[in-house]
Amino acid sequence: MTTAREEGLVTCRTCARVWPGTAEACGRCGARLSSRDALSLQRVWAWWIAGVACYIPANLYPMLVTETLTSRSESTIIGGAIDIAKHGDLGIALIVLIASVFIPVVKFIAIAYLGLSVKLRSQQTPVGRMHLFEVIEFIGRWSMIDVFVVAILSALVQLSVVASIQPGPAALAFALSVIFTMFSAKSFDPRLIWDYLPTRAGSRAP
Amino acid sequence: MTVTSDVPRADLIGCPNCDLLHRAKPIAEGERAVCQRCHTVLIAPRAAAYSRALALSVANLILVTAAVFHPFLEIHAAGIVNRVSLLDVATSFGTGALVVVTVTSVAMILLVPLLRALLLAYALTPLALQHRAYAGARWAFRVAQELKPWAMTEIFVIGCAVALVKVAGLARLNFGPAFWMFIALSAFVILVDRSLCTWSIWSALDEAEKKPRRQPARRVRQ
Repeated sequence: MTTAREEGLVTCRTCARVWPGTAEACGRCGARLSSRDALSLQRVWAWWIAGVACYIPANLYPMLVTETLTSRSESTIIGGAIDIAKHGDLGIALIVLIASVFIPVVKFIAIAYLGLSVKLRSQQTPVGRMHLFEVIEFIGRWSMIDVFVVAILSALVQLSVVASIQPGPAALAFALSVIFTMFSAKSFDPRLIWDYLPTRAGSRAP
Repeated sequence: MTVTSDVPRADLIGCPNCDLLHRAKPIAEGERAVCQRCHTVLIAPRAAAYSRALALSVANLILVTAAVFHPFLEIHAAGIVNRVSLLDVATSFGTGALVVVTVTSVAMILLVPLLRALLLAYALTPLALQHRAYAGARWAFRVAQELKPWAMTEIFVIGCAVALVKVAGLARLNFGPAFWMFIALSAFVILVDRSLCTWSIWSALDEAEKKPRRQPARRVRQ
């Protein structure tokens, strides 16, 4: 078992074609080539910090402002989920909590763990970390649910004086947080997980 | 599969996730070749993949376009009825920085899926018809793949369901035709992506570019 880098080659991460190590762009799909993305971790942490920074106001400010004839109420992400639960829809409340709280927090922790493990040249459970990376890339998008709900409701509930719903500042902060974390995960070069593992030693003969 | 330097470089496939080299071999439709080390799927050809993906992409084009103009939710409260289409959502965050939220939402729900369907149809049509690849087909396919995580139709469908419950105390909500179009769209998008094997398509594009240009029909003088 050898890697492209050990053979002096470089793999295109978009189309999997292999090129000589000096090539700068993939001759087939046109993607930019790099044997290892040297700035990968820097970009991961930059987007990660931006994502965490936006997640704080996203939870403190109201997501939705509801005005009816008699009242005006503001609800945050967690407050909104609790309201839904009080209506008796535990399933939907759970979806909101998972998408808006559980997934982002797990994602922050997981990306930090991956970044640190590569920095510390960990050799532990590479397959597990690879799966973790794939899961993170897959679930991150689902956090956008709450942003879409706000967009839908503020377009829909415009019933003159009877009731109206406006988006709160948290909608923007939360959308940015999700997008920044998606960029953070995308910046991570998973090949770094494998670089400190021996490839020749202990490998099985074909 | 030991890779030695005598294997032509064009026959090698590198794992995009762990950089391990393998020798690419054609495999049967329905089978999958995975990376020996990290188990990333490298090759997974499907039967009739191009014509199926093309048909579904065209269907998606039609669905997205139709969904723009039809309401996806309607609300009944105190005798007032309000129906909204995605065009209304696009214009809902009237003021300030929240416009950013609207623009990104509409891009993710509408523009990106539309663009992906267009690009895929463009790249796959010559493959399905066994013609020479169109100019820029590689670019189209690469961009379509890069846009994949940003197309969020299925998430929007769940968002509609949550919205429905969220205003349950305030008013009665019904799903409009565009909602059902989006459900179909989400299913089709998953089917398209399942039938697309990146490695096979890149190889097919390589082959399709080698084909001669079609000869213009010869005019016979009488």
